[in-house]
Parts: sequence; structure tokens; C-alpha cells
Amino acid sequence: MRHLYTWCGILLVVSFSVVGDVTMSRAMKQVGDLHALRQRFGIGTVICRIFSNSTFFVAVAAMAVSFFSLLFSLSWGDVSLVGPAAASLTFIGNAFAAKLFLREKVDRRRWMAALLVAGGVALLAG
Amino acid sequence: MTFRKYLVLAGVTVFAAAGDSMLSHGMKQVGNISVHNIGSLFLAVSNPWVAIGILLLLAFFASYMNALSWADLTYVLPASSLGYVLLALVARFALHEQVSPLRWAGIALISGGVGFVAGGPSLTHHQDPGAPSGSAHSNGVGAGPRNQQQVRVATGGKP
Repeated sequence: MRHLYTWCGILLVVSFSVVGDVTMSRAMKQVGDLHALRQRFGIGTVICRIFSNSTFFVAVAAMAVSFFSLLFSLSWGDVSLVGPAAASLTFIGNAFAAKLFLREKVDRRRWMAALLVAGGVALLAG
Repeated sequence: MTFRKYLVLAGVTVFAAAGDSMLSHGMKQVGNISVHNIGSLFLAVSNPWVAIGILLLLAFFASYMNALSWADLTYVLPASSLGYVLLALVARFALHEQVSPLRWAGIALISGGVGFVAGGPSLTHHQDPGAPSGSAHSNGVGAGPRNQQQVRVATGGKP
């Protein structure tokens, strides 16, 4: 039962983490370069633009669910399993989701990077 | 890539690693949380280690949002994964823990992955940068004139 809870938690963490990352990336691209905006209009305008973006709130909600799923998983499984497993699966999921939903140019270099990092994270748990 | 951008990526790396460590320590003190008593998950926030972990993760969140405003998701995530390497090096040289050959191999893979992505461009240039359409989230949120104006503002008025 412990393993089942742990892996269900990991699956929840990965799913909501991917949704959160993709929607946050989209929201930030809509807002624009935060540094350039802050230099030009000040921090108040930057905050207003972020908080007037509806995609940002979808991202925060997904990340919040992912965060509480992580707490749930950590209370059942070892951090050496939960952390790397969730992280490495999230890397792969994000590469697919970014290509599909954000139309990012995920070339061979980026696929290699995602796979190497995911593999490396999995090995660190060993 | 400017020094400031590398600094933002370093912030993503360090704050995430430190925040996760604090959370892990705190949740081990809180103990197991049953699905039948899911409300106790919210009470876990009152643990000081969990609270510090959350503060560090807020700093991570700010750095992460900043990085995503000028770089692709598939660039930011691998580039900021050096935190795992950082944790392993701290464990080996500061805490004098034994790091197995398998973990050194993991560190080598992550470093290789970071090297791969760091050598490439940080942002995909779309013809219409405000509208990455064909997505499940493209219900006109990013394609409107307001967004195009924001893009112009962010690029210093250039279309």
C-alpha cells in the first residue's frame, strides 16, 4: 500500500508539474521579459501585468496541486525515490508538452539534454 | 546570454535545491499523512523547516518566472538542473558522505545535459511570438492585440 501511495503521488506530482510549467512558460511569454519591463515601467507595472494574466493563475493552481502532491508523496516515500523519480519524469513530460503546446523548437540537442538530465537524476537515486 | 541571465538561472538552481532539502527535512518531522486525514497536509506548513522551505521555494518561483520570460521551458529546465549536482557535491565534500560511482555517473550525465542545452539558443523565435497556437491553451489568450502590444513593449517597441 505504501508503494502504491508513493507512486500515485509521484504520478500526480509529474502531471500537475508539467501542466504548471507549460502554462507558466506561456504566461511569462505573454507578459514579456520581466527585466526589460521593470526597467521601463517599474516593478508595480510588472506585478500588475503578471496578476492580470489569467494563464498565470492556471499555472499557479496546477503548481499548488503539484506541491501538495509532493508533500503527500514525501510523507510516504523516501526523498531519494520521490525527488529523482518525479523530477526525471517531469523533464521528459515537459519536453513533449513544450513541443506540442508551446511549439518550442525541441531539436536533437534539447532532446539529448532532457534525456541526459532525466537519466542522471534517476542515477543519483541509486 | 548576459551575466544577469546566468545569475537568474543560478537563482533557480540554488533556491530549488535548498527549498526541497528543507521541505524534505520538515516532512520527515511531520510524519506520514493519510489520505483519510488530508487536512493535516495543510497543518504541515506550521513546521518551521517546511515554512523555511516554502520561503526558499517562493524565491525559486520568482527566479523561475523571470527565466521563463526570456527563455524556452526546454532550455530553463535542463540548464537549472545543476542543483542536483550541487547537492551531491555538498554531500560529498561538506558533509563527507559517501557518493557511489553510480551517483558520480548521474552527476556526469546531468552535467553533460546542461552542457548540451547551454550551447544552444535560449529562445525559439516564432513568426508571431505572442501566439504559440495549436495548443490546448490557445483560446485567444495570447493572440490578441493587447498581447502584441506587450511583446512590443518587452522588445523595446520593435515589432
